[in-house]
Amino acid sequence: MKETRSIMIVGVGGQGTLLASRILGGAVIRLGYDVKVSEVHGMSQRGGSVVTYVRYGDRVYSPIIDRGGADVILAFELLEAYRALPWLKPGGKILVNRQKMDPMPVITGAMQYPERIEEKLSAVADVTAIDALALAEEAGSIKAVNVVLIGLMAKQTDIPKEVWLDTIRTTVPPKFLDVNRKAFELGYAKA
Amino acid sequence: MKKLLLGNAAVAQGAYEAGVRFVSSYPGTPSTEITECMATYPEEEVFVEWAPNEKVAAEAAIGAAIAGGRAMTCCKHVGLNVMADPVFTDSYIGVGGGAVFVVADDPGMHSSQNEQDSRHYARAAKIPMLEPSDSAECLAFTKAAFDLSEEFDTPVFLRLSTRVSHSQSLVEIGGREDHPLKDYEKNIAKNVMMPAFAIKKHVIVEGRTQRLKTYAKTSPLNRAEDNGGKIGVITAGICYDYAKEALGDRVNYLKLGMVFPLPEELLRDFAGKCEKVYVIEELDPFLEDACRAAGIDVIGKQIFTLLGEYTPNGIRKAILGEDPAPSVAVEETIPGRPPVMCPGCPHRGTFYVLKKLGLTVSGDIGCYTLGAAAPLSSVDTTICMGASISAAHGMAKVRGKEFAHKLVSVIGDSTFIHSGITGLIDIVYNKGINTVIILDNSITGMTGHQDNPTTGLTIRKEPTRQIDLITLCRGVGIDRVTVADPFDVKEFEQVVRREIAADEPSVIIAQRPCALLKSVKYSGCASVDAEKCRRCGMCMKLGCPAISRDPGSGAIRIDRAQCNGCGLCQNVCPFGAIGKEGD
Ligand SMILES: Cc1ncc(C[n+]2csc(CCOP(=O)(O)OP(=O)(O)O)c2C)c(N)n1
Repeated sequence: MKETRSIMIVGVGGQGTLLASRILGGAVIRLGYDVKVSEVHGMSQRGGSVVTYVRYGDRVYSPIIDRGGADVILAFELLEAYRALPWLKPGGKILVNRQKMDPMPVITGAMQYPERIEEKLSAVADVTAIDALALAEEAGSIKAVNVVLIGLMAKQTDIPKEVWLDTIRTTVPPKFLDVNRKAFELGYAKA
Repeated sequence: MKKLLLGNAAVAQGAYEAGVRFVSSYPGTPSTEITECMATYPEEEVFVEWAPNEKVAAEAAIGAAIAGGRAMTCCKHVGLNVMADPVFTDSYIGVGGGAVFVVADDPGMHSSQNEQDSRHYARAAKIPMLEPSDSAECLAFTKAAFDLSEEFDTPVFLRLSTRVSHSQSLVEIGGREDHPLKDYEKNIAKNVMMPAFAIKKHVIVEGRTQRLKTYAKTSPLNRAEDNGGKIGVITAGICYDYAKEALGDRVNYLKLGMVFPLPEELLRDFAGKCEKVYVIEELDPFLEDACRAAGIDVIGKQIFTLLGEYTPNGIRKAILGEDPAPSVAVEETIPGRPPVMCPGCPHRGTFYVLKKLGLTVSGDIGCYTLGAAAPLSSVDTTICMGASISAAHGMAKVRGKEFAHKLVSVIGDSTFIHSGITGLIDIVYNKGINTVIILDNSITGMTGHQDNPTTGLTIRKEPTRQIDLITLCRGVGIDRVTVADPFDVKEFEQVVRREIAADEPSVIIAQRPCALLKSVKYSGCASVDAEKCRRCGMCMKLGCPAISRDPGSGAIRIDRAQCNGCGLCQNVCPFGAIGKEGD
């Protein structure tokens, strides 16, 4: 019996969270699990908060994760990690990219970007924070941020590394494969 | 072969397997990917198109079905309002080849302007409606819908919701079935809906609904799950999944795959075996009302909300009284992150000018609706597709000329073709003096880049005759048509000033392609020359997500990860302090 595992991926529209959830979903089915991936399309992809859910196990019903239900939160941006905190299961794990992107209320001066988010998260949860942007640049493209973060997440699952790499190979365009493989390894090494 | 598929992709696969020959749709979240996926199947087997709007799409599908081919149209919930006219009458006509109308509701309004419950249309138009819960059912129910359509001589609705459309789950893929084109025969009693024939047809429609009810009683689409519990749950669609997650096998279920018409006997039988029966459905009490009308005592909207999406936690709390799982609260109020126009968005230049001129802006639906949000804060109204022009006509007529000279409509290229052109005709015909700005970004942006009649490409990316907006506007009687670049803010401002001052109707075509199009090649990243920058904040008025102010020093920063080098901020900086990195 495999109890359902719930992974929540959050970020800002345009950051590539969708690819991350698709790769995760693709890796999971190779192990024969039942899986549901809830995606976001449409308006919020235009630079808004985006949330995708991946749930897998023997039999999965709900495609969404409730508050207090996420085993892992993978956050592409600090503020989005903070926003997602109530969804974390007690004892769950937060993986976060240290990147900060000001949302419009901050840009217009109506509100401030919260301070010391990483510290606040660490006070209540098990947190691993990395600078995925720098690692992506090291891998060869800042666009590979999402794959760096997938590498970071990989160790939080029972999916073998080869399965991840194979899924990446079949998901990304061949010409970006080298960059993405490198990006995965760099993220994986940080976990 | 099992595949992980989006609900929408599974509907497309189901339609393909069911031998669909013709699919015509207008995009709309969350339904868009169905038609996009259809275009990945061979064109010898299925003709797929984007239509100018939903009414045209539905009529084309109805025609294809009358002509003997299986046909489908897909839309979002508000699209069904646009196509309602042919749909109601097609209920009387019925089909030749099967006809399926897919409608995707958006509880929670992830990408919509209202939260209507489209199930009411099934009842109002007397058309059967199926509702799947996951991708496997999306595929199976689509096939079932085509079969039902031909068996009962009726179009069939397939109702989806955002979480079904946009969730991936496992699906068993099959091959294409052979459904030869049916013979076409002229049959005016069936296909010409004038009163003499329609009166007879209405009788047939009522009889059909009764026959469908009988079918629904034993149909495998509706399924009772007896877990030996005292509590019964009647549910459908995504709520079935939420209920199973929340309540497991502690309760009995009546899972309805067909939500109209409902088999009263089946409902009564199920309820009779339970001590307490709950109806779990998002939005309106559609199933609940039907249960009550059948004399069944159920609990529904007394404890469940009419608003937004449900969750397993909410259901557990409402029915079992169990508190949700413990979670960490965030004490401080954190800034929201609403959607914004992308860096490089051509609409930004337009709204920068409209805000500066302080005009009343009659808005429409598309990426440019975001021009309502701070800091651009330009848009005054957003109603439905096309209304920017027609509503501005009403505004101008009721408030007079002076008001009209300070009023513009803004409408995207796709939306203008969808239903803006008719409003423009209204203005010309009834002697209006309005100014309409067509935001021509060369694509249907909001729904994720679909081609439309102004882009010169079909859904399969084949070149086709491109509608010329200038000629189109001139053709309906607009003599003043100007093309302007919204990133040339000075020139654009002058054009707007000139056109709103005119005593005749005018159109400004704000032309610049969407920054996300592959053909758009901005390069480099803007950078601020700290010596020249006086921190006046003019660039911040653009509301570009890549430009922010350092909270400590007050200096202007440009985020390299977001900036695409479009150059708009360079154009608005009064001190020439913004250049390109490396220059
Ligand atoms: C009746 C109806 N159909 C479809 C939609 C979904 N929809 C919202 S905006 C839009 C088109 C936007 O394209 P365009 O007018 O070219 O503007 P852009 O987003 O490119 O700026 C569509 C199809 C809707 N809201 N209402």
